[in-house]
Formats: sequence, C-alpha cells, structure tokens
Amino acid sequence: MSSLESKPPVAPGDPAGTLENVSRRHFLQGSAGLTLGIYLALPPAVAREQAAGAAPFSPNAFLRIGEDDRVTVIAKHLEMGQGTYTGLATLVAEELDADWAQVRVEGAPANAVRYNNLFWGPNQGTGGSTAMANSWEQLRKAGASARAMLVAAAAEEWRVPAGEIVVRSGTLAHPPTQRQASFGRLAGAAARQPLPATVRLKDPAEFRLIGRRVPRKDSAEKVSGKAVFTQDIHLPGMLTAVVAHPPRFGARVQSFDATAARAVKGVEAVVEIPGGVAVLAKDTWSAKQGRDALRVEWDESRAFRLGSEEIRARYHALAETPGAVARQEGDAAQALAGAARTLEAAYDFPFLAHAAMEPMNCVVRLGPDSCEIWNGEQFHTGDQKALGALLGLPPEKITIHMLYAGGSFGRRASKDSDYLLEAVHIARAIGGRAPVKLVWLREDDMRAGYYRPAFHHRLRAGLDGDGRLVAWRHRLVGQSIMAGSPFEAMLVKDGIDTVSVEGAANLPYRIPHLRVELHTPTDIGVPVLWWRSVGSTHTAFSTECFIDELAQAAGADPVAWRLAMLDAHPRHAGVLRLASERAGWGQPLPAGQPGERRGRGVAVHESFQTFVAQVAEVTVRADGSFRVDRVVCAVDCGIAINPDVIRAQVEGSVGFALTAMLHGAITLEEGRVVQSNFHDYPLLRIGEMPRVDVHIVASAANPTGIGEPAVPPLAPAVANALAAATGKRVRSLPVDPALLKA
Amino acid sequence: MITLDINGQRIPVDTDPDTPLLWALRDTLRLTGTKYGCGMAQCGACTVLLDGQPVRACSTPVSAAAGGKVRTIEGVDRTPVGLAVQAAWERLDVVQCGYCQSGQIMSATALLERNRAPTDAEIDEALGGNLCRCATYVRIRAAIHEAARALA
Ligand code: FES
Ligand code: FES
Repeated sequence: MSSLESKPPVAPGDPAGTLENVSRRHFLQGSAGLTLGIYLALPPAVAREQAAGAAPFSPNAFLRIGEDDRVTVIAKHLEMGQGTYTGLATLVAEELDADWAQVRVEGAPANAVRYNNLFWGPNQGTGGSTAMANSWEQLRKAGASARAMLVAAAAEEWRVPAGEIVVRSGTLAHPPTQRQASFGRLAGAAARQPLPATVRLKDPAEFRLIGRRVPRKDSAEKVSGKAVFTQDIHLPGMLTAVVAHPPRFGARVQSFDATAARAVKGVEAVVEIPGGVAVLAKDTWSAKQGRDALRVEWDESRAFRLGSEEIRARYHALAETPGAVARQEGDAAQALAGAARTLEAAYDFPFLAHAAMEPMNCVVRLGPDSCEIWNGEQFHTGDQKALGALLGLPPEKITIHMLYAGGSFGRRASKDSDYLLEAVHIARAIGGRAPVKLVWLREDDMRAGYYRPAFHHRLRAGLDGDGRLVAWRHRLVGQSIMAGSPFEAMLVKDGIDTVSVEGAANLPYRIPHLRVELHTPTDIGVPVLWWRSVGSTHTAFSTECFIDELAQAAGADPVAWRLAMLDAHPRHAGVLRLASERAGWGQPLPAGQPGERRGRGVAVHESFQTFVAQVAEVTVRADGSFRVDRVVCAVDCGIAINPDVIRAQVEGSVGFALTAMLHGAITLEEGRVVQSNFHDYPLLRIGEMPRVDVHIVASAANPTGIGEPAVPPLAPAVANALAAATGKRVRSLPVDPALLKA
Repeated sequence: MITLDINGQRIPVDTDPDTPLLWALRDTLRLTGTKYGCGMAQCGACTVLLDGQPVRACSTPVSAAAGGKVRTIEGVDRTPVGLAVQAAWERLDVVQCGYCQSGQIMSATALLERNRAPTDAEIDEALGGNLCRCATYVRIRAAIHEAARALA
C-alpha cells in the first residue's frame, strides 16, 4: 500500500499513514530541490470514495483532482482572515503546477492523525502564526507527489519517457509528439499509479506562484455575502439559544423564574446549564427577548470581586519584590549599583477583549452516539477531547464541520473549549431533540472573559560613563495564559510561563548584566487567553519604549543605538535598517499646522520567528489628541509566499494594534466587567487608520508567520513618536490624551 | 403579515412589526449575507440600503422597512455601481475575515451612488460607521477610489 525509502515515523494510532513529514531533518540540513522521502497512502474513506467514482484522484489527505479539472485543496488550518486558505493552496498548486484558477479550497475535517499542526505534536489547530511554517514542506510534497502520479499516468498512456513530459498550468504535455492532456483527463489514470517513493521539490528559482501576488481564494464569496460563517448555519428543526450568563466570574445560578421568558412568542425551552440559563427559540430575536425576560438569582458566594484598580494595586505591590527568574546574565544588581546613571520606568496594560466581528457561536447536533459541530474551528483536537469527555464519547466521534471564522485573534482557540461546551450542554439539556445554534450577542462576547491578561512591568537600567547600556532589570507581573491549557506542560517551566515573558526574556540587545523576573498571581479569577501576538503585546511595548528612553538619556540616535547592540541579531538589524531607511529616518519631518507637534518613532521586535520594525509618524494637537499619519514597516518572515497577503496582514495588524493603543481596555468594578459593546469598547474607525507602507526583506529562509508579528512594534513606535513630538512618555495603555496636552 | 420589497422581490414576512429587519432577513428569509455585529447601530455589519440610503438593519424595525425598497448584499450586483464596488473589492483583495464586508460594500455602494468621485475625507465620513476588526481600512479606501475610476 505504500513504498518507503526509509522507515517513516508513523504517528501513534495512524491507521493509514497519510503523508508524513519524514524528511524534515534532511530538509532543514539542505535546501529545497532535494529528493525527499515520502510516505503516502490513501485513508480508507477516500479509497472508498474513489472506488465509487466520487473523487477520481485523491492522492493524499490534502488534495483531490476531479474529472472536471478542478483541484480541491483541503486546508487543515482555519481561515479567519489571515489568508491561510490562499497560502496553503499556493503551496500545493506550486508543486502540482496547477493553474491558480482551477484551484479551490475546502476546510479539512477534524482528524489529528492526518491534519495535525506539525509544530503542535498530535494536535490539529491553528495559532502562533504557524500555519505556513508547519505546512511549508508537507503541502508542497502533497502537490509534488500528485504531479508525479499524473506524469506517470501520461507516460504510460502515451508510451513516452516520463522525463520528457512537461507540466504547466494544469496541463501535461509531451512536446516531441505534441500530445497534451488536462489534469482532469488523466485523473482517473493517475489514481491507479503507485504512490511515488520520492519526490523532488522545486528549487525556489523555479517557483511560479510562491513569491507572487495570487488572488485570495475567499474574496469572491466574501464580497457577495455567500461565505458561510457559523452564524449563518440553519439546520432543519434547529433552535437558537441565547444564554443569561452570570454577572461575575465564578458565580452560578441559584434559582430562576422563566415564566415571562416562556411567554415570549417563539420561545421553545428554557434550560439551566452549568454556565447560566439558556433560552431556546425558533429564531435569534425571540431567543434574545426570552433571555432578556428571564429572572435569575445568582449565587455569588465564590465570585471574583476585585476591580481593575485593586488588581493594579496588587500588581504594583508584587513588583516591589523579586520574582521568579526568567533570564539572568551577569549580575544586574551589582551593575546597577555601579552604573554612572540609572533610569526607571513602570508600565501598565489593561485586560483586552478579542472582540472578533463575529461573536462566539457554535452549532451542535447530537445523535445517540454522535456529536456534530459546525464552527470556525481553531483547536480541533482540544475541542474533540473536551466535548468527548463531556458526552462520554471517544474524541474521534466528535465530527467538526469547518467554517470561516469572522475573526478570532486567538479567541476561537479556546483553551478549555468554553463556548463549544456551552453549546453541547444546551443541546444535552433538551435531550438532543433538536440541533442547537448557540449565539452570543455582543454583550455576552465582551463580558465572557478570556482576555489578554492585564500586566504590570517595572524596568530599571544603568548606563556607564560613555552612555553604554550595562545593566537591565525587568520585572513583570501578570496572570499565566498557559496554566490550565493543553500546552501547560510544554510552556510552563520552573514556574515561568514562557509566553508571559516572551519578548522580554529573549531581549536581543547585547547587555552584559541582565535579569528578567516574573510574578504570576494565581488569585485573579478573570479567565485569560492568547490574544494576537500574546506576550509580545506588552513586552514589546515596555522594552522598546524603555530602550528609546535610554537612547535619549545617552544622547544617542535611537536607531544607531539599537543597531550597536544588535550585532548578534542580523535579522532584527536588517528590518530596523530597512524601515528607518525607507521612512527617511534622520531627515526632518514636514511641520504640521500651527499648534501641531509632529514626531517620528521607531520600534523593532521579533515574535514567532518573524522580525518586524516600524517607524511611526504622528501629529499631536494642542489638546493632546493625536493622529498617526504613516507607519513604515519592514518585515522579514523568510520566503514571502504571497507578498500581497503579507502586506494585508501588516496593514491589518497596524490597525488592530492601534485600536488597543488608542481605545482598548476592559475594566472591572467589584468583579463586574464594565464594557459591553462597541460604544464603550471602541474599535478603530476608518478615519483613524494611518497610511501603511510595507517593505518585505528578500529572504531564502523557510517561511514563518505573519498573522501576528506586525502587531507588537506598533504601539511602542507610536509612543516613541509621541515622545519625540511632546517629550512625554506613555506609561499606561490605552493612551490618555491629557498626558500629551501642550 | 408584512410584505417587504427585497432586492426587487416582494416577499411576505411572518414576524412582529417591531422585529429588527436584520433578524427577519437572516432568520426568516435566510438572507445571511447581512451580518450581526453589535445590535445597537455601532458597527455597521448589518448595513442594507433602504430606498438607496444606508441603514442599520439591526436597529430598523421591519415595519419601518415595509413600503420601501430594501437592497442587501445579495442584490448589490443589480446596479452598475454595486457591481463596480464588488469588482474593485475583489481586484484589491480587500477582505480578510470578511464578516464586516457586506456592510462595508453596502455603505460604499450608497456613497458612490450619490458621489462618483469621493475624497478620502468623504470616504472616511461615509464609512465611519462600519467597523472592521481586521482593519482592512487602507484597502477599503483604495477600492472605493478604484470603483470610482471604473465608473468614470
Ligand atoms: S449589528 Fe447593526 S450596527 Fe452592528
Ligand atoms: S474583514 Fe474582518 S472584520 Fe472586516
């Protein structure tokens, strides 16, 4: 059933050994264009489908070619806006030599054996800007092996040597005999070819699609309203559920009166579930009215009752004491004591909601021993396990239909499957008699927690007599995201959640004496979660603002000063040079209108192995309000699979980060979340969006992600620009314009 | 029973008159291109045209739409302007997650129907009620200019 060049590491429990990543090691040693070992076999279901004539050619888990010439790429990652469907299809189409127009994309089902994220062990899911990086070799091999089988089929049919066959844009040709055929014509014959033992991947010089702008695969559906999101699912007999959630984290239902709710036209059932009381109705509006008519008494005896101010005070007190050591070089305490000059700064960061445009939702249909989910699914394997455990079903019995997600920014990769479990609880509470669509209204979504954790940072640094940075102490206080997540064992080491200090513990600057410490309070009952660029959302701000302040204290140019300490980090230095050059760093900014102050600021940061530098230009008015005029970005994410998608992600990241900087704060009063909708948790509007220039570093390195890494440098670049314009340093986010008043 | 004129078709809708147009479209008529984002006229995801004017369907009762002509994303391609906007959106690959884009396209169409050469400031004003969490704003502006050029 499969031919092997060498014994591949088959995943435990792999029934069919689909497409394995056998040569990652070889691959990393050499470059593209090697002959790679590959292990391919058809999963039984696909083999059956194929026998039935439904899919003429399904060489592996990642693509199908129909007799109609259509190439369907099966995407193992969630499309939530970041362009993953387009990127994954590009990898397959490149090696297949397909015509881009004949390619369509379909979301993969949940199946950790076939579709695991190769960077996450036996887990299928999307996050950490890993989609392209982990698929880079796997999906090109999938395309190359299919191509080899098509070539073999043509060679056999035409009785010519395979080596004389050329493939281009979905057509195979044999120039000497002038024969040619489309993929579809040969699909049936290709399916009867043996799976190739080895395939050769292209040398980058041969790429036709990678590195070019190819149009997104989801544009047509999304400009016509036809794209299907979870919110759009209607199943026969389906009920829509809207839930009354507790007013504080940790509270529970004590009792409820559903008389008025049941009287609402369209309401079919009211049920108690562990997280609240659900009203089920024929449609969303009736369910909402029913929910609003409910009277619920809450047991708040174990609820979390602190407000944001109290949390902040606790964090400030903790920062007075030494924390667990995340990194240590030399002796920072001694070096600080002996420094010619020391500076200190403290920074505060609020909780932030993901506020994806599509609030969380989930459709579930229960059977006697089955459970079907419709969702913009970001963490298949974790959700399958959690739902299976609740229902007493093996995880693989949880079927997941993949849909588009209307944004996520990390929220749909729920670390404890919160909203999916809620949907299943509701479906179970009505005995599975109808499919259920759980709909969170904006207010539910905003107040449900799973926020970017609030953080407090305190930094101290010492300069020597020549203005060189010799000592650095950085203390962070904030909740652990990874605690209680499936990644805890992997990412929490010796009491340090590595994502709490990412971007701080791996500070790239050459500083002889450095110490990074972390406090992880465990008594804050607010659920926290990864939020686009995770730890770097706060560490980039404190480190890059403080570095800037130190450069100023040393009387040095902020770019030159950074570069002098980045000698061991050429990729940081590369983007910093490129962005500053393109921004005209060093040349004076044109003056603003009378009364306006202008400034330029810079920041550089690496996250998820992608390097981004940004130069921001701002104009500050007399009243302290300001606008960001332009952001010049330089990114190094290895080989640029699709430069236009990269540009789009950088533009979007600038806007996303600016939203947080200008407006973003979830606050608590006695444990209650204050904000509820976009009137008090505003998002950036079009008039606030700066011009964004994106420059991509040419690179031969393997691709890394771009969904997140352009977020972290924006706020520090803008804050540094504000400091250049006004002399005031922003220490707390979101920015208070009062600080910048003339 | 209320009768609505939606994308040129007269359709009876069996809902209370004060049900928001959004839910009548989405749940009753299964025209799911119009999206829910906030329910309180804050985000513009639900934008449809009522007699050519952009309105927030989440805050427009069905009764207020009766007697008028409603255009949704499903019918936006019935006019040259709507078609040009969609085409420009596709050419520039404006969309990211896509969830806000029906509303953006409706607002852009309404703008170009009355102003064939909007400035950036006019775009910012006309689209100021349409939030995009993915922040596709740079391309929204560019695509409106592109559509305007195509229509000129
Ligand atoms: S849903 Fe209508 S404006 Fe937000
Ligand atoms: S494209 Fe995602 S909210 Fe606009």
